[in-house]
Formats: sequence, C-alpha cells, structure tokens
Amino acid sequence: MDGNDDSQSGAAPESASELVERIAQDRDRRAFALLFAHFAPRVKAYLRRLGVADGQAEDLAQDVMLTVWRRAHLFDRRQAGVSTWIFTIARNKRIDAIRRERWPQVDPNDPALVPESERQADRIVEDDQRSDRLRQAIATLPEEQADLLRLSYFEEKSHGTIASELNLPLGTVKSRLRLALARLKPLLEDVK
Amino acid sequence: MTVRHLPPEDLLLDYAAGNLPEPLALLVAAHLTLAPESRRIVAELESVGGAMLEDIEPAEIAPDALESVLARLDAEEPEAPAAAPPLGSPSTARMTDSGIILPAPLRERIGGDVDCIKWRQRGGGVAEYDVLPNYPGFRARLLRIRAGGGVPHHTHEGREVTLVLDGSFSDECGHFERGDVEVAGSDVEHKPVAGPERDCICFAVTDAPLRMTGPFGRILNYFVDM
Repeated sequence: MDGNDDSQSGAAPESASELVERIAQDRDRRAFALLFAHFAPRVKAYLRRLGVADGQAEDLAQDVMLTVWRRAHLFDRRQAGVSTWIFTIARNKRIDAIRRERWPQVDPNDPALVPESERQADRIVEDDQRSDRLRQAIATLPEEQADLLRLSYFEEKSHGTIASELNLPLGTVKSRLRLALARLKPLLEDVK
Repeated sequence: MTVRHLPPEDLLLDYAAGNLPEPLALLVAAHLTLAPESRRIVAELESVGGAMLEDIEPAEIAPDALESVLARLDAEEPEAPAAAPPLGSPSTARMTDSGIILPAPLRERIGGDVDCIKWRQRGGGVAEYDVLPNYPGFRARLLRIRAGGGVPHHTHEGREVTLVLDGSFSDECGHFERGDVEVAGSDVEHKPVAGPERDCICFAVTDAPLRMTGPFGRILNYFVDM
C-alpha cells in the first residue's frame, strides 16, 4: 500500500480512525473527503441491498456521512472501529427513514444504566487491525454460513424469516449462525 | 451481581442487524441498559456488521456527491458531546439505587417512570399497561404482579419475551430478577409466581395473542383482546 495521502488507500481501514479524529480535532475536510470516498459507496450499497431505491439510497448515504462529520468528536476508537460505527449510523438511519421508527438504543447518560465492571471495561472490543482479521475470517467461512450472515445484516431478515424463505428448520438457521459467530468471536476478544 | 438470564443470541443478532420489530427492539434496548455483558455481545455483533460493510461491493455514487456534501458541511453544527456519566455508586443489576425503574428507552416511550403509569387491573393481582397499543401483530405490555401472586396459567401461540424490571418471578425455567430475560415458546406452559418481597414489574412482548388455559383462563380468553 503506498503512502500517497491523496490516493484511495488513504481511506483504508487502518487509518480510518485517524481520519475521524482529524475531523474531530481540526474539522479537516480532506480527511472527510477520504472517508467519504471509501464509505459513501459502501453505505449506499448496503442501503440498496435492503431494497432502498437508488435516489433515496444516495440521499441517505450522504446523510450518514454528514452524521459522521457532526459526530466525529463522539467517536471513541477504543469502543469500536470506524466501519462498525458507520454501520450503526447507517442501520439507524435506514430504520428511521424506511420504517419511520426510531431504533431504541441504550442511553449512555441513563441513571438506570448498569455500568461495566472495571475488568470488562479494560477489554477492547475492536480496533482497525482486528477489523481486518475479522474480514479475512468472514471470507473463509463456509458459504452456507456466510450466506446467512449476509441475509441477517444486509437483507433485514430475522432468523424466522430466513428459515421460512430457505425452507430450513429454525434450529438449523440458529446453529449455523451460531457456528459462524463462534468462529469469529476469538477475533473480537482481547484482554489487556 | 450480574444478570444471569441473557436473551438468546439470535435475539441479540437480530437487534445488532436492525431486524427486530419495534416492541422487541425496545425490550432488548431496555435489557441492554441493565446488562453490560449483553452490551458487549451486541458490540461484537455490530463489529461483524462493520466488517461486512467494508467488504460489500461498493455502489456508484453521483459524481458531484462529494462536492454537494462538502458544501453542506458549513451548516452542520457538531452534536453536543455526551455529558459525563452520572456520579454516585453504580447501581447493580439487582437494585434500583437511582430509584429509577424503567430504563431510558421505556421511559421515553411511556413519557415517565413507573409512578406515572395508569395501570389497568386484570384481576388476580395482575395489572397491565399497554406500551405500544397500535403496533400490529404484537402485544407489548408492562405487567405488575402482586408480590407472591401468580399470572393466570397461559400458553402462547407465538413467542413471549419477558424482561424483569423490578422484583422477581420464578417458574419452571428458573428465577428471574431485574435485567433477566425469559423467552417462552408455544411449547411451554408456564406458571410464573412473583417473589414475596415486592410486586414484580416486567415488560412482556408476545407476537400472538395469549391463550389463557385452566378453568379461570377460559373465561379470561373472552377478554384477552379487549
């Protein structure tokens, strides 16, 4: 990978966290443009997979990137990688726009929130390097497991829906997804 | 003390992927507020979503898209940063030190905490409040069961997911306290009994009308959809 900052490789996942932090600290438009070049086409593809029409998918993808700009200072690289963060923004925006529902989420300021224990808080969930290993692991999953992951994440299909569409017992769908996730879990865990 | 009864992973995956209808998403979000271990699992599942987003075949973006977005940046104010987490001793899953019973997603939906709820008495020491009365295909209710009291025997045609918010209940599957989730399918006929120490408040979502069983239940079935 070359070190030319102006190339697409500048938006490769390894430096995405840095780009978001530059936006947060300096309102860096060049950093934003690099993130946009990398993520806007992917967010749009995600929305199109979910059945959103082309024009609306284009608009929503732009809205997602504007949200990235507005919330860059709230991004914490210790909590999640950039692609995960943007995935959740896109997920919520899609539900908001298409289902006209606000996706219920935990409120970090909720007095009823039970905080993580210190030991839990020490564990990093994800960083850019782990994200790469995760992607490689997904690429090596058996096709039947990878298909189910795609149906879950990209086609809004619950386990029950997948079972009836593929004519599989619900138990089979659950165990295949569980197997797929079990293979990915070791790549998600890291204890300091 | 930590929450012992976590939801099945398929429910958490469907939450992370955005595949739940609102009543169940609300229940999961309320559970996550009380269960840090489940939050960790959901974060891992969202990471999988992120990895898949990286690898999706990119779509064509309009050539002037970046330009038009850049032009809008000036009008975008940074969102207010999250305030610092509340001070004071962290509440454990089993107690409500803060005095607040409903997690924020439910408080927002209802417009307040438990003390502002107008309960509807169902008889037998059970009261209920319909949280999402207009959501098709689902019943999503807060239930208040008198301490030591039971819920009339029932089976379900669909799935019933119950989150305990205050007090406790026990049934054939175990003992459930604040933050615990029980999932009961149509094969389970269960007889939950509230713990003796206080009324049990829980949030129950079913995806089919409850069938009441037992002699008393048959009469109640007349009223189940009222």
